[in-house]
Amino acid sequence: MRVAVIGAGVVGALIARELCRYEGEVLLFEREADVGWGVTKANSGIVHGGFHDPPSTIRARFCVRGNAMYEGLCRELNVPFLRTGAYVLALSKEELPLLEELRAQGEENGVPGLEIHSQEEVLSREPNVNPKVLSGLWSPTVGITEPWAVALAAVENALANGLELHLSEEITGIRVEKRQVQEVKTPEGRYPVDAVVNAAGLFADHVAAMAGLSEPVLFPRRGEYVLLDKAAEGLVRSVIFPAPSGKSKGILVLPTIDGGILLGPTAEDLPPEAKEATETTPEGLSQVMEGARRLVPKLPLGQAIKTFAGLRPESPQKDFILGESPVKGFYQAAAMRSPGLTAAPAIARWLACEVMTSELSLKRKGSFSPIRKGIPRVAELPEAEWEELIRKDPRYGRIVCFCNKVTEGEIVEAIRRGARTLDGVKFRTRAGFGRCQGAFCTDRILAILARELGRAPEEISQKGAGSPLVGGRVRP
Amino acid sequence: MRGVKVDVLVIGGGAAGMGAAAAAAREGAKTILIERNERLGGVLEQCIHPGFGLHRYREELTGPEFAARLRGELESSGAELLTEATLLDLDPAGPRVRAASPKGLLQIRPKAVVWACGARERPFGALRIPGTRPAGIYTAGLCQRLVNIHGLLPGKRAVILGSGDIGLIMARRLRLEGVEVAAVLELKPFPGGLLRNVVQCLEDFEIPLLLRHTVAEVHGKRRLSGVTVVEVDEGGKPLPRTDRFIPCDTLVLSVGLIPEVRALESFAPLDPVNRGPKVNAWLQTEVPWLFSAGNSVAVFDLVDTVAALGARAGVAAARYAQGELPPARAVPLVRGENVLHLVPSALVPGEEATVFLRVPRPFPRVKVSLGGLISRNHLGARPAEMIEVKVPPGASKELSRMPEVRVEVTPA
Ligand SMILES: Cc1cc2nc3c(=O)[nH]c(=O)nc-3n(C[C@H](O)[C@H](O)[C@H](O)COP(=O)(O)OP(=O)(O)OC[C@H]3O[C@@H](n4cnc5c(N)ncnc54)[C@H](O)[C@@H]3O)c2cc1C
Ligand SMILES: Cc1cc2nc3c(=O)[nH]c(=O)nc-3n(C[C@H](O)[C@H](O)[C@H](O)COP(=O)(O)OP(=O)(O)OC[C@H]3O[C@@H](n4cnc5c(N)ncnc54)[C@H](O)[C@@H]3O)c2cc1C
Repeated sequence: MRVAVIGAGVVGALIARELCRYEGEVLLFEREADVGWGVTKANSGIVHGGFHDPPSTIRARFCVRGNAMYEGLCRELNVPFLRTGAYVLALSKEELPLLEELRAQGEENGVPGLEIHSQEEVLSREPNVNPKVLSGLWSPTVGITEPWAVALAAVENALANGLELHLSEEITGIRVEKRQVQEVKTPEGRYPVDAVVNAAGLFADHVAAMAGLSEPVLFPRRGEYVLLDKAAEGLVRSVIFPAPSGKSKGILVLPTIDGGILLGPTAEDLPPEAKEATETTPEGLSQVMEGARRLVPKLPLGQAIKTFAGLRPESPQKDFILGESPVKGFYQAAAMRSPGLTAAPAIARWLACEVMTSELSLKRKGSFSPIRKGIPRVAELPEAEWEELIRKDPRYGRIVCFCNKVTEGEIVEAIRRGARTLDGVKFRTRAGFGRCQGAFCTDRILAILARELGRAPEEISQKGAGSPLVGGRVRP
Repeated sequence: MRGVKVDVLVIGGGAAGMGAAAAAAREGAKTILIERNERLGGVLEQCIHPGFGLHRYREELTGPEFAARLRGELESSGAELLTEATLLDLDPAGPRVRAASPKGLLQIRPKAVVWACGARERPFGALRIPGTRPAGIYTAGLCQRLVNIHGLLPGKRAVILGSGDIGLIMARRLRLEGVEVAAVLELKPFPGGLLRNVVQCLEDFEIPLLLRHTVAEVHGKRRLSGVTVVEVDEGGKPLPRTDRFIPCDTLVLSVGLIPEVRALESFAPLDPVNRGPKVNAWLQTEVPWLFSAGNSVAVFDLVDTVAALGARAGVAAARYAQGELPPARAVPLVRGENVLHLVPSALVPGEEATVFLRVPRPFPRVKVSLGGLISRNHLGARPAEMIEVKVPPGASKELSRMPEVRVEVTPA
């Protein structure tokens, strides 16, 4: 059995890892220079409880199951995950029944632990939320994670279990004969396969069309964000949602896993071709601030360090499209709108089994190991362990990113594990992610990348082809 | 190194920290300086232009030359110098300091600390400018290090946002290296940097300075392709139909430095305008064992001043460690009309001092007064240039009768 997974976002990465549990060959194709640079890079990073999704949807089913898997998954992959819990706030009388509806919906979906809390209780747990709050729906199972870290770790673990990874290699064609997938094509070559998994995020419609399929139909829905520095840590401790209205879960205020505070996202529908429209807009950013201020009136906006936008792959049926298509051997993991990050582990487990059971001789690999050890994060280690690391490799004592206390040792290790670009280092180590946003460390990381890769600085990019960091040299 | 006891620990080895460590050691205090970079010098190392040291050495030096002189003075002082040693945390109980270096983790228990960590640059994200997030956007200091330390050019055609000194100096530097500088944009109706730099860095090279302009949007998916520029009104709001596109592959931001105070902000009171810790005339913060000087107190424009204040902080810290600095009965300086940055925040009766202040906008002629204590006229007050007012010991004696001193600038 030979399977090609298309797209190394969190969905494709976890599917590839699950496929590696079985005997067979797994190939993962990603057109970007690294893992997790699509939708996975820019979202809220919430592991949702599952109370926002209508009971009959595929979303609801996989969200609740995925949520339950996250703790174990993140332990195996050594990535951060925190069950912060979440509140949905009722700020007016009209919103009170909405909380009851959400609770009922959540309970039908099997979401554990939902409770409605009084004003006093909400304010005692979250003293900075709007004092006008009337009550709050508390969901203890909601958590936060670093989405790209999940994808990166899953791919690393899959590589250790036999995955063949093809980065910077775009699938440009799929040959189908007798309604059965035959091979996938890239500018680099042709790969005969027995099955294809379409996990191409915003581009899943293009990939499906290569196999002659008209599903999914996708359009991007933009979500803009403002990120506040760690100095704002503690502003809220759990994820704060407004009462739902219309098409999205609204503009939220939530903690990020490394102590920052995230505000957003907006929800703006864009034309189908605007798949790369990740620019922020004046209207969007002011909506974010307005919406966030409704939940937390005293926002320290002076602590903003970054704005960004992500695109949700939306479809008219508002639900995931999963499983084998009318073309035999062509499997979809598409239209992965929110809560796609949450659902991904459950989808991966289920879909890998679907793909592999199509083969009669389905066999689990005896050698599969689900454990991946992360890059040491010195700033989080007990002192004695850090000391020991420095003794073995003094580069673990040389701090390069001062904001997040990331050492040269960690950066070199990130490069050893596949980082080739500034963003590759950043997403693996958080270097350049802090208060100064790389003003201190960009030149240092650039120099380390050039040295470790044996390349000229001009050849080092921020995010792959077309994004060089420097444009020439000073005259000698 | 575990639990090393010292009299004075200086954190940061720029001009302020070098000045402080040398002075403290010369006072006979056992002194350690920690600096995260491989070399001492701080921001001076990347300022290869001349314009340093006219006051201290009566010569025009480049930044690295100035740093080399200070290093020489420091090396003969007897202070212990630890480079590649980065502060991790400063625990006010003790005080106890942890630092990391390739040689291991350090734990130091000082009697007094001089905080001299300089300033950091405001990042692009803080401006909340809409648009894409491509490669090619640099803060001016980063751009300066790329060019002057690494010998690398950021791109081919640059726009500079903000007319602070580093931005102006980088405009000239890039131009001299063959990078086209399309424009320098400044939100305010007057330049942020020194007049000298506007003339020598822009006018002499015919680089346009667009006052009351800003970047409204950033374009380009992977690498910057251009910026939309707009004119703004007095309040900084974009004026309709003034937008135009300037193609460029590089955007350099010179939009302000902020004193680095991360390790202190939880326990040392800060001045809301300076954004560094409040210090008295001894450069002592409101936490008695903690002293601070240089750009970590407020952003200064002359390195000579920074080195001198560093030395003052070093002497005071050494005396404190040796039990010879009496508790200060400090008289607060309060901001009156037209005073932005103000250092120190308090005077000590009987001690001479120099008060440094900045005005919020240019004035042709002003009267600067310190309560009833001192008043003097000043020609050509500009936001970029700090005004200095000396308080001689005689005048300072009168302070003991005053509850506070109001600092005021009035147009004359
Ligand atoms: C604003 C926003 C907020 C969200 N918040 C949450 C949340 O809080 N919780 C939650 O659970 N979910 C959330 N989501 C949803 C979640 O982010 C997505 O469901 C998830 O990241 C989708 O992952 P993916 O792997 O399907 O897509 P992607 O990460 O986009 O991965 C697809 C990959 O395929 C690659 N690709 C495309 N075409 C080709 C080709 N032809 N050949 C090779 N490679 C190709 C792309 O480069 C990309 O890397 C949010 C989404 C957005 C946009
Ligand atoms: C572009 C530019 C041009 C200038 N031009 C002139 C001029 O022409 N003439 C003039 O007189 N002045 C000029 N100045 C001003 C003058 O150089 C500065 O004000 C002065 O050098 C600041 O010194 P400092 O010691 O306060 O800060 P810095 O030089 O910034 O030193 C701070 C030091 O602390 C270290 N540090 C920070 N955090 C830590 C930590 N956690 N652990 C250990 N170490 C740490 C840093 O690495 C750095 O070495 C210029 C400044 C700039 C930026």
